[in-house]
Amino acid sequence: MSFDMDMSEFHAVFFEEAAEHLGSLEHLLLELNIEAPDPEALNAIFRAAHSIKGSASTFGFPDMAHVTHDLENLLDRVRKHEMQLTDRVVDVTLAARDILLAQLAAHQGGQPVPESQVEQMISTIREVAADDPAHLSAAAMSVPASPEVPAAAVGQTVMPIPVFGTGPREEAPETIAVPVPVAPAPASPPLPVAGAVNPGAKGANLSESTSIRVSIERVDQLINLVGELVITQSMLAQTAQVELLDNERLYERLQQLERNTRELQESVMSIRMLPVSSVFSRFPRLVRDLAGKLGKQIELRTFGEATELDRGVIEKITDPLTHLIRNSVDHGIELERERLAAGKSAKGTITLSAFHQGGSVVIQIEDDGRGLSRDKLLAKAREKQVHVPENPTDQDVWNLIFAPGFSTAEAVTDISGRGVGMDVVRRNIEHLGGRVELTSHTGKGTIISIRLPLTLAIMDGMSVGIGDQTYIVPLTAIIESLRPLPEDVKSVSGQERLVFVRGEYLPLVALHDVFSLTPKTSRPDEGILIIVDTESGRAALFVDELLGQRQVVIKSLESNYHKVPGISAATIMGDGSVSMILDVSEVVRLGKRRPGLAAAS
Amino acid sequence: MDRLLKREAGGVHTGQEFLTFTLGDEEYGIDILKVQEIRGYERVTHIVNAPAFIKGVINLRGTIVPIVDLRLKFHLGSAEYTPFTVVIILNLLERVVGVVVDSVSDVIELEAEEIREAPALSADLDTRFIRGLATLNERMVILMDIEGLMSSPDMALSVDAA
Repeated sequence: MSFDMDMSEFHAVFFEEAAEHLGSLEHLLLELNIEAPDPEALNAIFRAAHSIKGSASTFGFPDMAHVTHDLENLLDRVRKHEMQLTDRVVDVTLAARDILLAQLAAHQGGQPVPESQVEQMISTIREVAADDPAHLSAAAMSVPASPEVPAAAVGQTVMPIPVFGTGPREEAPETIAVPVPVAPAPASPPLPVAGAVNPGAKGANLSESTSIRVSIERVDQLINLVGELVITQSMLAQTAQVELLDNERLYERLQQLERNTRELQESVMSIRMLPVSSVFSRFPRLVRDLAGKLGKQIELRTFGEATELDRGVIEKITDPLTHLIRNSVDHGIELERERLAAGKSAKGTITLSAFHQGGSVVIQIEDDGRGLSRDKLLAKAREKQVHVPENPTDQDVWNLIFAPGFSTAEAVTDISGRGVGMDVVRRNIEHLGGRVELTSHTGKGTIISIRLPLTLAIMDGMSVGIGDQTYIVPLTAIIESLRPLPEDVKSVSGQERLVFVRGEYLPLVALHDVFSLTPKTSRPDEGILIIVDTESGRAALFVDELLGQRQVVIKSLESNYHKVPGISAATIMGDGSVSMILDVSEVVRLGKRRPGLAAAS
Repeated sequence: MDRLLKREAGGVHTGQEFLTFTLGDEEYGIDILKVQEIRGYERVTHIVNAPAFIKGVINLRGTIVPIVDLRLKFHLGSAEYTPFTVVIILNLLERVVGVVVDSVSDVIELEAEEIREAPALSADLDTRFIRGLATLNERMVILMDIEGLMSSPDMALSVDAA
């Protein structure tokens, strides 16, 4: 029995490594310049295939070894310049890679790959390797352009870093590569290029040889403990405050403790950070495939791939980003003749960039396509009966696209328009504590900016008091807070429900009503209104008082309890007590749905 | 207690160990392996729109743990909170939950034949969650299936119950 367990441990390592190699294989292939291939890249591609073959036969996966054997021969010939690198070689290698990935998924409990498909692949590889011009055209027909990769494996294709290697079975331990700042071992032979930031470059080998794999649970445990330490430290500082005046040394040492704990927290947090390249790297293939399908010429440029984000954020941003890129390819970039007619270059460009801006990370998707059409959007809004403000600015019009159930696609295509709209994209991003903005110039293109928090573990919040309870409102949702004049609060059917703020009537949501609490005051002009922006529009949250802005550590309420309507998570305050973090959009929805108010509206 | 000591002296440990506690005048026992720790009652943070017997949540070394007052749930005893009020932290099916009881009494070891089947009881404590009854020094101990009870829908602790 113990033998089985040992083997399965090795298998997990093999699955991870093979997925990494397949990831870098794809990345390298897409980067290749067909006319003048970089010899180093060709070597790296060969080595990736070679490593898969080696470990596949060692660990007893002959099917994968079989495919890679022929692939290796082909790549070896290309590498030695015995044959010309052509688009076709790239296509076949990519197709073979997909087969390998499907086989890998099959070994992890996925669907088996049909034998015929594998055989066909092998014979295609052989034909290409034989470089027999007579067979070439026939072979071209038989290449499975996009083999049937089981759906579960698709997620894996695109992740060169195995953190996301959520294979069909979750048995392989989730790990993250931790860069360890030690001097590179100089004598070690160059390792096959793994899922590093910039495969092919010298730096890639270097970073792999100095990193270790650590299971994600261990890192999270460490983060938890450090979070506790920070709270203990601030409790200690509060307790000692009285003594501080006459004990300078105590004060100094406490200051030092505080500095050290902050630094410790920052470095522990940074362990969870991953470069955005781990999600960006899936898009070149996506764009290539989609553009091919649609008969468009599209170039994808990526910038700032080294920008780091929390692993959790990266995982959750993948789907919305994929959706937005698909949208750009499908609806944004025009067909070649349309582009030429509009005086643009035949080739469309999508630029994907990531950069830091004021404590958050911004991911921007920019295309030079047709842009949004104001008239079309307004017509659509009328048709769907979506509320449009009077005299809408361009920005108001662009924001319509995020309204629930609003989609501008004239026909549902099989690329975008799968019933998942931009409202879902926006909601997903807001759940991460981020924001999404869209600007567009008709005929020139569209820019979508996603602003994301650096980490999911910490958030800036405003603590507010309602009765004897303290709640945290995420700062990203807050526009301003104010105390209204009594005459600005309007009641409808005897219910106070609207407040007049800067020329606009906003629904007034009393948090003590939503949460059934006893407030200190039930008069808005004696309390505070927090104006928030949510997916269901602006609203004014009525609370007793503002207690101050603070950074809070986000703790799951659901791990031991269940989801509470209106609450997104909990946090631990400086004194060790627990406070709830509001889910602002949900609170506003709940507030609007309260019987008294519903009857009034 | 005497019986327990006698058994330990004999060196035979074939039975199962139970932690006993009181709710009002009644004495209950739960499988000791489900108990993570015993703590004093501390200030809880109210959970909005939760049933009254869910007192709220506490910070247990960085984990948010819900606290259930079994006295309120079963209408036993008076739900007063004194410095002696005790919270039993339970570890059930990868969830951590705290229960408030009047006091913790003892750890007892029971052989299978010492556990009697329970007759149908009052509606408050569903007999489904009673594993049996045991007699200890003329006192009756109700052995509770705490895991079953805590994951039942009317405890409103799990997702399905929400």
